[in-house]
Amino acid sequence: MIEAEGVYFSYPTGVEALRGVSLVINSGEFIAIMGENGAGKTTLVKHFNGLLKPSRGRVRVDGVETNKVSVAKLSKKVGLVFQNPDHQLFCETVEKEIAFGLRNFGFPEDMIAKRTDWALNLLGLVEYREVSPFMLSGGERKRVALASVLAWDPDMVILDEPTIGQDQGQKERLRQFIIQLNAQGKTVVIVTHDVEFVADCHPRVILMSQGRIIADGSARNVLDNLNVLDKASIVPPQVTQILLELADLGLPRDVIDLYEAGEAIADLLRRNR
Amino acid sequence: MPCFVGFKVPLIKVKDLTYSYPGAERPVLRGVSFAVERGEFVIITGPSGCGKTTLCRCFNGLIPYFYGGEISGEILVAGLSVKEHSTAELAQHVGMVFQSPENQLFALSVEKDIAFGLENLAIPREEMRRRVDWALEMTGTSDLRVKAPYELSGGQQQRVAIASVLAMRPEIMILDEPTSFLDPASARRIFDVIGGLNKDLGLTVVLVEHRLDLATMYANRVIVMDGGEVKLNSDPYSVYASQDARLLGIGIPKSVRLYQILREKGVNLDRPPLTAHEAAVMIRRIIER
Amino acid sequence: MLRVLDGLRFRRAFSPLHRLDPRSKFLMACTFFALAIIFIGILPLTLIFLVQIPLVLVARVHREWLRSLRGGAFLAVLIFATNFAVGCFSAGWVVTWDVVLYSTSMAIRFLALIASFSIFFLTTSPDDLGLALEQARIPYDFCFAFTTAIRFVPVLAGEAQTIVDAQRSRGLELERGNFLKRVRNYVPVLIPLIVGAIRRSMEMAEAMEARAYGARERRTNLNVLKLRGADYAVILASVSVLVCAIYARYFLAPPVL
Repeated sequence: MIEAEGVYFSYPTGVEALRGVSLVINSGEFIAIMGENGAGKTTLVKHFNGLLKPSRGRVRVDGVETNKVSVAKLSKKVGLVFQNPDHQLFCETVEKEIAFGLRNFGFPEDMIAKRTDWALNLLGLVEYREVSPFMLSGGERKRVALASVLAWDPDMVILDEPTIGQDQGQKERLRQFIIQLNAQGKTVVIVTHDVEFVADCHPRVILMSQGRIIADGSARNVLDNLNVLDKASIVPPQVTQILLELADLGLPRDVIDLYEAGEAIADLLRRNR
Repeated sequence: MPCFVGFKVPLIKVKDLTYSYPGAERPVLRGVSFAVERGEFVIITGPSGCGKTTLCRCFNGLIPYFYGGEISGEILVAGLSVKEHSTAELAQHVGMVFQSPENQLFALSVEKDIAFGLENLAIPREEMRRRVDWALEMTGTSDLRVKAPYELSGGQQQRVAIASVLAMRPEIMILDEPTSFLDPASARRIFDVIGGLNKDLGLTVVLVEHRLDLATMYANRVIVMDGGEVKLNSDPYSVYASQDARLLGIGIPKSVRLYQILREKGVNLDRPPLTAHEAAVMIRRIIER
Repeated sequence: MLRVLDGLRFRRAFSPLHRLDPRSKFLMACTFFALAIIFIGILPLTLIFLVQIPLVLVARVHREWLRSLRGGAFLAVLIFATNFAVGCFSAGWVVTWDVVLYSTSMAIRFLALIASFSIFFLTTSPDDLGLALEQARIPYDFCFAFTTAIRFVPVLAGEAQTIVDAQRSRGLELERGNFLKRVRNYVPVLIPLIVGAIRRSMEMAEAMEARAYGARERRTNLNVLKLRGADYAVILASVSVLVCAIYARYFLAPPVL
């Protein structure tokens, strides 16, 4: 669905944010892009909906080069949910907020009403329909922002740092929600540095550092590679840390899942007896 | 600093604290009671909306002076009753570091920012210079002395914020989710700095956090809140081992959850490990038995 | 157009100009300003403009200085065009050499004005500016508001860009539609910006209180501004040049071109 070929990008200030990034994202994938602050993660995903165009190289969305299409047109297919919901909330009611995107994309009135209802239900916001988004709590505002993007049903959803400021319960609900979205066929990309969250989701992981992709593989293969993780300022998940320390006892190295780790340890003990 | 406070009186004493924001139907804090002794490192955690952020703001007078509302109950900080002393006075005993790195740096150079509080207190210049140098050193930010805030990373900004508060030489430092916007490596560095201040300087620390896996190893006590009430208040091991902790939905470190899973399988570690290393050591001991 | 603001941003370097006290630099900038207003001939105005170039080079801020001029170029052209049109009109729709000269000199005057204060802002740290205001006995609250505003201009600009990006990602097209529609399109950008600014100021107020803002009537200061030899030289030079210029302009016969 998305192809990036040798993408270079420099900001007008001269900072070179991307240095030769190439990757392919297929429809229906679930991907986490990780890396230190300033690695280029947000810069990269802004290329997927055309907000930024490469200085060198190409980005193609469903075969069409992003240079040739407007941001609005690309956004219809690629929904980007920004990190801070307060950067987009401005309407008098949650309902109007959700309808905003639908209206921009030219949906007919009856569709707008239907899709707004659907989005409100999906994110559990029905009771806030007539409430001003500014009156809601931080977590609720995040849900409104997400609802407003999902309302127009983009093929791909990109979430920029969705776990910041969330407590464990909220993160768990978010995780289940993302898995559900992906199961319904949506391509989901999350940009995050929350390693434990990624370990729980176990998506394909793309690791970036200083404008380049330094690793790309399944979560269990990337998250136990200490060299690469270190370059990206990422600490491996606690479970992996524990097993890496006990690797000499014959325990598997590439485990990121809690239950799998428990099983492996219990197994080893049984075998030793 | 009141010397007559005496040996046994805790540095922070909260009794039956109840508070409602102006115009709110329900109180955000209900009958909160606990104490913090000098030199402790206390983590306050709980699900969003449990009142922990509100509680923080009661310690230095932002509540009730800045926010208004109705407050009842007793709250003594460094021997001073919060209800009877201004925020400016309390600021000399209780320092506070906020969540957003950007919005607590005012000046255009780090050293001027650290001096900000001292200038407000009309500290003489020589003493100010000494304290600024000291604060820079204690937080590992000496090489950032002349930089402007926009030249600093989020982690550096937060360290500068800590230095700015430290320079005022408070007895207590309160930090309200200081690492929310930081990546794990920077967060770790912040907790390291705070832990160092607690251990080496005896600074009493109250840290409000979600990211328990990174911060727990420095704490000697964890308070869990929910719905405006204190639900758990004990050392980290006891808190994480309790059933309630799981039900309250706080971010229990994975190492502790592994301990629980292993227990279900009949593998008993001595106690819930707070760090990955601790867990590995305990597991190794059992395997090699 | 926002590039003009770039020229006002302080750029840290170690040049003699940077080391000068802001008060003497301010006087120098005012002198250039006054000179540019006093003279209307194209020769003196061009001279006033060119004289600033060596200063810019010494201060090593040429890149930013050029950027501010580029930003002002649009307005300079506008000034030229307006003066040209009005001049031709009063001459009965005839293009004369005089009109061209006059319009050009007005445009150059504008650039000289921008240039003079650009140098000032580029070589003076906003902290020093605030300090100069404080030492001038202006109430601290105003000085603080001033330096804080400068501190947050780039932050707000960045936030504005993020908000524009966020709303464009929801299908908002800012360039489309007639004039009225385009103005309305900015509402989804302005509201989050304003709300964000209010929220930000609340957080800042909390942090200020937590750092004992307003605890004492008189504040002390980490740094102090002192006028030194070079400053007095600049002050003397500025005043003398200004006096000579006023004399030359109003009391001497103008050189005939």
